[in-house]
Amino acid sequence: MIRFLLLCWVMLLPAALPAAVETFEFSSDELRERYQVLVEKLRCPKCQNQNLAGSDSPISADLRREVFLLLEEGQSDQQIIDFLVARYGTFILYDPPKEGTTRWVWLIPGVFLLLGIGLVVMVLRSASRRPVPEAVEGDDYE
Amino acid sequence: MKKQILLFVPLLMFAALSVFFFEALKLRETRSNSELTSALIDRPFPEFALPGLDNRMHTRDDLVGEVRLVNVWGSWCPSCRDEHPFLEELTRRGVSIVGLNYKDTPDAAIQWLQVFGDIYDFHIQDQSGRLGLDLGVYGAPETFLIDRMGVIRYKRVGVVNEAIWEEQIKPRYLAFGGLLNTPEAP
Repeated sequence: MIRFLLLCWVMLLPAALPAAVETFEFSSDELRERYQVLVEKLRCPKCQNQNLAGSDSPISADLRREVFLLLEEGQSDQQIIDFLVARYGTFILYDPPKEGTTRWVWLIPGVFLLLGIGLVVMVLRSASRRPVPEAVEGDDYE
Repeated sequence: MKKQILLFVPLLMFAALSVFFFEALKLRETRSNSELTSALIDRPFPEFALPGLDNRMHTRDDLVGEVRLVNVWGSWCPSCRDEHPFLEELTRRGVSIVGLNYKDTPDAAIQWLQVFGDIYDFHIQDQSGRLGLDLGVYGAPETFLIDRMGVIRYKRVGVVNEAIWEEQIKPRYLAFGGLLNTPEAP
């Protein structure tokens, strides 16, 4: 059984490998680390559900290169993110700012939770207030 | 009596959700799922200095002064071939279209134009895709409507056809003072 599970795990491994293969010559390890973080959290505009690190599409390759160049230029992470948002919109962020429509996506579940709690409380209250004889009255055996 | 009214709460919630989902469905019909709204609407067309296919240099100044379409295309792009006849029709109606040859080689582009016809006012060669990046381009074809001041007013991702032109582009084109040849309809 364990061997079977191990086999499954090994077979799934290639899928987990990042698809991006270019090697950039970073001037420092710090830049390389920041690059890795950025391409992990930026989304490929073409493929919808992959990050830049995991996408093989030409546009992702271009954007990775741009991130590399901007890092080497000495731009901060925020500057690079702003640069890309100005061109591709907040879509390229996997964690978009909670404003506009996005804010509602976060608020609505909370609203529904409160409504649900309110409903449960109301039902419980009215059930406990109901006089007991009423229930007995219902079961009338002939 | 009050309790009976409460019984309708789930129904009302269900109705509200139905309306919400129905609206979302309609949204999907009008706007394809893969289409992102451009972050560049109402922003100036980015600065550039790039050669045309004749190797003459072009800058942003060449674009301003007229309401135009900038069509992002490449000889490698099958959909560009599909939309080409309609773009040709638009030029016949008097629309100025500039070709942004995106991530292509000049040889392949020139050959393509010889086969399908060169309908463009002039060409901008963006071999590296750098101008495309400034425009938020992520595929081809994409078509931008720019006004006389060189401000981007609309962006279409995907093929431009008669329906898209009539519904989306033409009203804006006319509103920003774009000109059409006399009687478009028979």
